[in-house]
Amino acid sequence: MSLSHLERLEAESIHIIREVASTSSNPVMLYSIGKDSAVMLHLALKAFAPGTLPFPVLHVDTTWKFKEMIEFRNQMAKHHDLNLLVHINQDGLKEGVGPFTHGSANHTEIMKTIALKQALNKHRFDAAFGGARRDEEKSRAKERIFSFRSETHRWDPKNQRPELWNIYNTRINKDESVRVFPLSNWTELDIWQYIHLENIPIVPLYLAAKRPVVERDGQLIMVDDERIPLDENEEIMHKMIRFRTLGCYPLTGAVESEATTIEEIIQEMLLTRTSERQGRVIDQDTGASMEQKKQEGYF
Amino acid sequence: MSHQSDLIEKDISAYLKSHAEKGFIRFITCGSVDDGKSTLIGRLLYDSKMIFEDQLSALEKDSKKVGTQGQNIDFALLVDGLAAEREQGITIDVAYRYFSTDKRKFIVADTPGHEQYTRNMATGASTADLAILMIDARKGILTQTKRHSFIISLLGIKHVVLAINKMDLIEFDQNIFEEIDKNYRNFANKLGFHNIVSIPVSALGGDNIIEKSEKTDWYNGPMLMEHLETVQIEEQNVSAPFRLPVQWVNRPNLDFRGFSGTVSAGNIAVGDEIVALPNAKTSTVKGILGTSGEKNHATFGEAITICLEDEIDISRGDVIAKINERPETTDQFQAHVIWMHEEHLLPGRPYLIKTNNQTTEGVVTELKHKINVNSLEHESGKTLELNEVGLINISLNQSIAYDPYTENKSMGSFIIIDKFTNSTVACGMIKFGLRRASNVHWQAVDVDKKSRSEQKHQKAKILWFTGLSGSGKSTIANLVEKKLHATGRHTYLLDGDNVRHGLNKDLGFTDVDRVENIRRIGEVSKLMVDAGLIVLTAFISPFRAERQMVRQMMDKDEFIEIFVDTPLEICEERDIKGLYKKARSGNLKNFTGIDSPYEIPKTAEIHVNTLDNTAEEAAEYIVQKLVS
Repeated sequence: MSLSHLERLEAESIHIIREVASTSSNPVMLYSIGKDSAVMLHLALKAFAPGTLPFPVLHVDTTWKFKEMIEFRNQMAKHHDLNLLVHINQDGLKEGVGPFTHGSANHTEIMKTIALKQALNKHRFDAAFGGARRDEEKSRAKERIFSFRSETHRWDPKNQRPELWNIYNTRINKDESVRVFPLSNWTELDIWQYIHLENIPIVPLYLAAKRPVVERDGQLIMVDDERIPLDENEEIMHKMIRFRTLGCYPLTGAVESEATTIEEIIQEMLLTRTSERQGRVIDQDTGASMEQKKQEGYF
Repeated sequence: MSHQSDLIEKDISAYLKSHAEKGFIRFITCGSVDDGKSTLIGRLLYDSKMIFEDQLSALEKDSKKVGTQGQNIDFALLVDGLAAEREQGITIDVAYRYFSTDKRKFIVADTPGHEQYTRNMATGASTADLAILMIDARKGILTQTKRHSFIISLLGIKHVVLAINKMDLIEFDQNIFEEIDKNYRNFANKLGFHNIVSIPVSALGGDNIIEKSEKTDWYNGPMLMEHLETVQIEEQNVSAPFRLPVQWVNRPNLDFRGFSGTVSAGNIAVGDEIVALPNAKTSTVKGILGTSGEKNHATFGEAITICLEDEIDISRGDVIAKINERPETTDQFQAHVIWMHEEHLLPGRPYLIKTNNQTTEGVVTELKHKINVNSLEHESGKTLELNEVGLINISLNQSIAYDPYTENKSMGSFIIIDKFTNSTVACGMIKFGLRRASNVHWQAVDVDKKSRSEQKHQKAKILWFTGLSGSGKSTIANLVEKKLHATGRHTYLLDGDNVRHGLNKDLGFTDVDRVENIRRIGEVSKLMVDAGLIVLTAFISPFRAERQMVRQMMDKDEFIEIFVDTPLEICEERDIKGLYKKARSGNLKNFTGIDSPYEIPKTAEIHVNTLDNTAEEAAEYIVQKLVS
């Protein structure tokens, strides 16, 4: 009679998504094109079936995403009749900001964090869905599902509203906004399991294939376009690789893998035991760095 | 153990199938600061192999750097997330952790033990099926244990595990264990728990967490993990009457009209007759849309959309129930609340009350009593401070459908939101609706002074400030009005500025005009009191007789005379408007105190002395007098 744990998670997420649509005047769903975004979008489509999404979907494009991600994004938008908004930080673009020339921290700050704030301010969104999960990282374990941001988009971890039952206080004052995380209670395994059960389309980069890569600082970086500067002694290898998370291609390390189906990904994930954020260059600072980034407005 | 199953390697499809079907429980851990909660959770994550290698190497590194266990792994570091906590070495907020075994998936709410964060514990407990209470075997049952037990019982948790920890420090003494177990059961018998299981453990050493400890051969009960994997949580909500609080009206086109929400109890099938409350319109279920398309039947916990045979008007916040199993509706109820904000409760102030999907305005009409969370004794009080628990009556500005919290958590719970800051200031659990007989809003047939003022949750009054020119009447009256307004009272201040330039602009300062001035102010005040307002007037009103005249226009106890007592020489010294100077030089005739008398009140209800008190203190004194 009672629901399985995935059915419970699914129902909880749909409840959260509907609550935002009912109580916010101008919500938006942030769409990063990754697997968590894929699940979040899938849940949102279910929440409002047979209708379409009652809010737009926003992609903050750093201009350094994998080509396949952008293709996939455009396909999804067309297929589901999404109101897709794409925002690029034009100032950063003019100055030619990129990870190779400006370093990963500056690039992420300008093309991602600042770009996101620009987009939220421009459209005056008062609620933004994000696909973050609490199991990803220690500071996220304490963040509420409805997480408030000041008018400067800052998060104050010491001043969070208590969140009881499934009654969410969605009210905000003028110029404040709320980030909403419908996948808070999902784990990485839940996400893959759900993608598997529901046949949710994902970017093919998650599955292993022969791809051109170079090895840098112990990470396998894919040569996705000609913008990647190659040292004389660097050689492009063709390896069976896949990605556990997707972002800007120069900042996303690949893993060598033979997993070409979702089932094999899950199998590999359960047997090899490194956490998924390890592939993200941005996280590999001290323990508190993510919390600091979040306070500054990083999603 | 979890994820180590041979199936992963041999038959991933079969493994995934079994994993998809496993059950799910949520629990909360509570204990005092040093009871070893974080260590226990770290141990559960570690032992269920939920820690990845990169996290483990970071943990080993951190343990040596900031850990408290010497060269050993400090499991607490795994769960102490925020930077501030790491420095203080304590957990300051509620955090959620996830792990699973072959039998169940678990969500753990990790909550702090110290008193000022009781609200976080209530938060964690609100979604939990079970609570683990950490006890330090050396200390036994502490006041905090009792407080935590009371709060989890208030939030409706029925299953308790008493994890009697640090057994290694008392040489695994059976007698001490049994003594603690007995004491706890004696204490907890009135808290309504369905089962209490005591387990002797050492979180640090892993004793009786997963594996039976060799050091407790006298213990025959379950290991902690074994108990968590097998304890049966009643699905009370599956067999309860069907409730669908409507969250979203889905109307994508003219051909489809559905009502979306999460089933908060019971089950429903196509063809069932339903009623939508509070308006009591009825219809029949035409179709149910679940998360995987159309279905004939839906049950507790599912997010669904219902279509009906008839076009009836249903909006967000309404509750759909079966026609013969209706919830009650009310606009007044009694509830337990836990106050969660630094700004204390103000009875009479309008707050927003958010129940399942419905937000209404409401006021706390009465604080029946406070409950001392340490002794569980009832205490009287006028307000609730942060982390205090009380039993209150609430009156809403519209009716809602509800079930008592003990019958349906989702239909009986609410939060209180401050209208101006939007902070969540309290959470509440509905005990019962108050009978219509005591419900003045609906009973009142004639709209009169009583009904008007009761609608404003106040007693209409006139606060008559009298005193010499420059005594501080207007300043104090202004402050009093602000204070009353802030507590949700409906007020109006009449003073020289808004009366002399309009209504009374034809009047001068002769004795006759002074009397007519006061008469008109009295009549206007009377109308305003009749409208249910609290009227403040700030006029010199020098003659006893006119003040008496106004007093007699009003009903008993409505006229509050407030004497702002400032000696003439002080007023003259202040001379804010320069009037005394003019009067002394003869340029202003009939000036009270100079060439016209001021008759000091003999029967003033409130007397304030502005020599010894600031205006702010005087205003606070007046408000206190009015409240008591």
